[in-house]
Amino acid sequence: MADYKEIVGAYKEVPGGLIEAYHALQREFNYIPEEAVEEAAQIFDIPKAKAYGVATFYSYFKVGKRGKYIIRICESAPCHIAGAAQVVSALEKELGIKMGETTADGLFTLEFTECVGQCQATPVITINSKPYEDLTPDKINAILAEYK
Amino acid sequence: MAEEMRILMRNYGKIDPLNIDDYINAGGYKGLEKARAMSQKDLIAEVQKSGLRGRGGAGFNAGMKWGFSYNTPADQKYVVCNADEGEPGTYKDRLIMENDPQSVLEGMAVCGYAIGSNKGYIYCRGEYPYVVEKLNTAIEQAKAKGVLGDFDIEVRMGAGAYVCGEESALIESIEGHRGEPRFKPPFPPVTGLWGKPTIVNNVETFANIPLILEKGADWFAGIGAKSYPGTKLMTLTGDVANRTFIEVPTDTTIRQVIFDFGGGIPGGKKFKAVQIGGTSGGFIPESLLDTAIDFDSMGAIGATLGSGAVFVMDESRDVVDVINQITKFFEHESCGKCSPCREGTKRMHEMVKYIYSGRGTAADLDLLERLGTVMSKACLCGLGQAAPSPVLTTLQHFKADYTAKFN
Repeated sequence: MADYKEIVGAYKEVPGGLIEAYHALQREFNYIPEEAVEEAAQIFDIPKAKAYGVATFYSYFKVGKRGKYIIRICESAPCHIAGAAQVVSALEKELGIKMGETTADGLFTLEFTECVGQCQATPVITINSKPYEDLTPDKINAILAEYK
Repeated sequence: MAEEMRILMRNYGKIDPLNIDDYINAGGYKGLEKARAMSQKDLIAEVQKSGLRGRGGAGFNAGMKWGFSYNTPADQKYVVCNADEGEPGTYKDRLIMENDPQSVLEGMAVCGYAIGSNKGYIYCRGEYPYVVEKLNTAIEQAKAKGVLGDFDIEVRMGAGAYVCGEESALIESIEGHRGEPRFKPPFPPVTGLWGKPTIVNNVETFANIPLILEKGADWFAGIGAKSYPGTKLMTLTGDVANRTFIEVPTDTTIRQVIFDFGGGIPGGKKFKAVQIGGTSGGFIPESLLDTAIDFDSMGAIGATLGSGAVFVMDESRDVVDVINQITKFFEHESCGKCSPCREGTKRMHEMVKYIYSGRGTAADLDLLERLGTVMSKACLCGLGQAAPSPVLTTLQHFKADYTAKFN
């Protein structure tokens, strides 16, 4: 596993590099380790509160562990009227977790998201940012099988 | 039957977007060449004369905006491309960036020359990592070809914050901070990124620039509506037969968009409402469908053109159910900096939920309207000012849906 000090340090001289550093951490770990936030505060010479403030402002950043595959379900109006709620129920049932939770094996996390910009075929979910379109509850099993 | 007019999408499906030679062979980078042969002043005057207005939603004359930065002396200036399209139901900037990324880079380089900037940023939303990759490839190719000259472009990725579509919040985010809007004035063209003069334009605005230069301001000014010329890229979602994108002149009517291009309402159902411009747009009833889509005509009916998202609802849809979802969205996306928005979006969702559950009365609708009116005037930025618009326009045009909930 890569060293988060090294990852964050690479962005020290980049103007506005804190957010870039957080992106780099998430590319490596899929989340931002708590210690990495404190490390970032030191490296960028800012208060810890500010480093946390930035990390927790953006909904794609998550401080603390989450699953290997992040399933995001859009709940904006076009997906909502196309049946996003039924897709949510099917995912929760299939994975045995509620929205916002991670499966016990650490594989899947369920998160709500806003529009992912694939509205030509609603409802839409993304798995680690890869979009799956025109979803219905009966398509869920086959999609999840790709990741198991 | 009205016809599409593909200016922005002229290369769609015809070139390999990730091969710069295709773009150049199709006439690409001629606009930039022409721009660089002009004086900065003449160039800005040309863009201003074309009448091109910002395609991100605010509709400000692009050339005039560039003039503000040109007239502000500074040791460094910036060009920022707003690719943070977050309005639900919108994917037009993604279409442009995926299918013709060089047109965006060329537009930015023209702006850089006009205002005297050698550094550009594209702020692309975090939902589009695959677009970021394509942009980076396009930038590498442009650099290798040397077409951008000394103008450098860097891509920065957002991380899922709707408010960062607001230009000063976007600037804060590039600087590595929480994406909270700034107090204005000063405006970004004078004091923007790292305190320097900065032009923030939308992807679609920049993509219009190359052809305006190649074909001339008068050509562009003659297309579509006089006060908001050109074409608009629209994305059709919801209860419409063709859930697709279209590019049409700005004097096209809403009815043409939905029924001619969209193919009408599927399943033999009747039209009920359309929300244009994204989730902050107003709801439009059948009686106003003959309005043209241009910025000013839409404003005159209390609606917006906004991002160009067209969300159609048929007669079976419950407006209050949709509004409940929309107010939930704004409660979540409010950045919390100003209290009218932080508290207002929360209370607004609470009140709509209450009415939706059947416990509301006529007095609640009055309160909802009052809260919305206050927010539209008191909130710090466009997010909070526009957030009540779906509520206010549905109270105006679809009140029966609300009163039907009363027990």
